[in-house]
Amino acid sequence: MPDIVPLFPRGLSKDEESSRPTSSLFDRTMSLDVRGLILEVDGVRLIDGVSAQISGTGRTMIMGPNGAGKSLFLRLINGLLEPTRGNVFWNDMPISDALRRRQAMVFQRPVLLRRSVKDNMDFAFRVGTPAIGLVGGTVDEVRRDALLERVGLCGRHDQPARLLSGGEQQRLALARALIKEPDVLLLDEATASLDPASVLMIEEIVNEVQALGTKIIFVTHDLGQARRLGDEIIFMHKGKILEQTDADQFFAQPQSEAAKDYLAGRIIL
Amino acid sequence: MQFYWLAGTMQDIGSVLSLAFGLVISGDKDLLEIVGLSLRVSLSALFVSTFIGLVVGALVATQQFCGRTFVKVLLNALMGLPPVVVGLMVYLVLSNAGPLGSLRLLYTPTAMIIAQAILITPIIAALSAQVIETIYAEYKDYFASLAMGRRAIISALLWDGRYGLLTVALAGFGRAIAEVGAIMIVGGNIDHLTRVMTTAIALETSKGDLALAMALGLILITMSIIINAGVMALNLNARRYAYA
Repeated sequence: MPDIVPLFPRGLSKDEESSRPTSSLFDRTMSLDVRGLILEVDGVRLIDGVSAQISGTGRTMIMGPNGAGKSLFLRLINGLLEPTRGNVFWNDMPISDALRRRQAMVFQRPVLLRRSVKDNMDFAFRVGTPAIGLVGGTVDEVRRDALLERVGLCGRHDQPARLLSGGEQQRLALARALIKEPDVLLLDEATASLDPASVLMIEEIVNEVQALGTKIIFVTHDLGQARRLGDEIIFMHKGKILEQTDADQFFAQPQSEAAKDYLAGRIIL
Repeated sequence: MQFYWLAGTMQDIGSVLSLAFGLVISGDKDLLEIVGLSLRVSLSALFVSTFIGLVVGALVATQQFCGRTFVKVLLNALMGLPPVVVGLMVYLVLSNAGPLGSLRLLYTPTAMIIAQAILITPIIAALSAQVIETIYAEYKDYFASLAMGRRAIISALLWDGRYGLLTVALAGFGRAIAEVGAIMIVGGNIDHLTRVMTTAIALETSKGDLALAMALGLILITMSIIINAGVMALNLNARRYAYA
């Protein structure tokens, strides 16, 4: 019976735990506070004064029609985009490289390096080391292989990553993101246009990762997926947050007309 | 009448070619010396230019700075630098009356390397910027999400763009090894010292020694075909595995 390698081999020794700094930078839970966020491009306001507080646990699903600003909002909170005005705070601290290294992002179109499956994983080991050196700059081959096995890519180490199928590529991107043992996992329509088996596997892994304490923020168009995964729903329309509420309440009693139309499958103008 | 002229010409070309092949096969000492110096000068220039060109290209491709567009336009414009003008400028700088005259580099292989490096650096910088920019456009968000530093980004891009960049280096080498104007001016085409393939071809042709000129030409073309074929095979293989 082979040893089971956990997705996140966290767990510091008692000495390490006691020497671990206690400032909020090292808190496992990362809560988000967004204040008056505005993004303008060429004079057009794409994110319009968004304020929100998102707790550091559970799964927050960001929903809304096309062009609502969901992906832009996700990029703003990860620091990939600079807001025109407003602030993003993680644990009351402005976004910084150290904080961003504790987050991982999975994009709608997986960005895979022109390398083999194994080398894509190894790249993340070497570059994306966590703020505290749990992994270091070297490759943890046992953990890499365990992650690849978990996403169904066992034995595909030497295959060119960009020749995998769409679903396989996205699963590899997810496995690679998990190398960082992120405290926050951001997914930008990560299961759009994937086959049901791949969607199911990604959702299972997202649930496992969340159970290990990682905050999930997931942009999705898929109502079924939002129902299955969501603890909290943020509904956006025209660059604004119209609703931020418990998932059950959102699906049972949406407050805004736009959300009602969206859930009913009507075109929202 | 025309037929006899054509037959005579064909016979001349045939005898020149057979003499040329004879020189190549016999491993003529002068011929090998010229080929060796050509390779030494052009590969040295390529080494220097690749180092500078890749750094410049990578910075232009990945960094946002004031005047970036101007630098890109300038690099593209400098790709077409006239060799004789470069030769003249290097001559002026290295001549006794020039600012670097005291180094006594004029009419040495080093002067030729400098001239060739000046000629091909913009080519390597401009073309590598294009290669790296294309890859960076794809990777940018991922790298940003990892909060990677500039050096790590550039080294990753250079590694992933290695096949395209090899073709870029080849373009630079092709330009360097085929260059005649600049190295003729700064090298002087001195026998056993600065005579390279292209300057030797020009000289031997003017002297009427077509066999040596043709032999050098054959080597130049063969070398070009072999290197191009090798890089193309490498690129095709890389593309098959989606690495290029």
